Amino acid sequence: MEVGLNHFLIVSTALFSFGLYAIVTRKNAIMVLMGVELMLNAANLNFVAFSSFGNFGINGQLYALFVIILAAAEAAIALAIVLNVYKTFTNVNIDEINNLKD
Amino acid sequence: MSIYDIIFYLFAAITIVSAAIVVNTKNIIHSAFSLLLTFFGVSGLYALLGADFLAIVQIMVYVGGILILLLFGVMLTNKITNVDIKTGVLNVIPAILGLGIFGAILIFIVTSTNWHVEKLVIPKTTTKMLGNLLLTDYVLVFELLAILLLIALIGAASIARREKKEI
Repeated sequence: MEVGLNHFLIVSTALFSFGLYAIVTRKNAIMVLMGVELMLNAANLNFVAFSSFGNFGINGQLYALFVIILAAAEAAIALAIVLNVYKTFTNVNIDEINNLKD
Repeated sequence: MSIYDIIFYLFAAITIVSAAIVVNTKNIIHSAFSLLLTFFGVSGLYALLGADFLAIVQIMVYVGGILILLLFGVMLTNKITNVDIKTGVLNVIPAILGLGIFGAILIFIVTSTNWHVEKLVIPKTTTKMLGNLLLTDYVLVFELLAILLLIALIGAASIARREKKEI
């Protein structure tokens, strides 16, 4: 079958569902971050697919570039926070981090 | 079945299978390396769509930056006294059920919509056009992203700093 827009959208939807599953199911904070990165990649794939198939010029690829930049900044800060949490609790399981600073 | 279709199915298979491994394995190092494969698969899909600059940036930033950062995070936040690092899962059955329904509904919506599709047009090289757009139409976003990266750099360095003990 000729590869069209729908194929790329199905791949992007599957990636998004996997990312959401990782966020909902996993206990480790780093796994949750990996799920967030999967979801961002799925959205990027959506942007680029529509940009190529919908006669939008190159704007979709530019938005995907912005999303990649923001994902890098967010991953850096999220990992700094996770390191701080580990320093305080000695544990990064998200259901055991349940008290504020006393 | 042209060669384009075969390569698309290959990269789509790499992406989806390694994403499934990322979210299902108990060993967190395995899942970090499967994430590497997922990023490579997505980069291949970008190249198939004609986004050559974006494919290279994806490999450089995601694989060479974010994945290394995630591996640092894994190594610094787990007590590595034995060889394998295992993590647990919670709410597996409700998550599979809920997300299966969600994914099925989304795929149904996506495939049954009448997208206004033109034929795939692959521009020659995108780097020059992207550079042009960044400095003409999107210059405000460009400057704001530069400031945001500076803020992220300073913020991350100051959050994760080791406190000096006062004597």
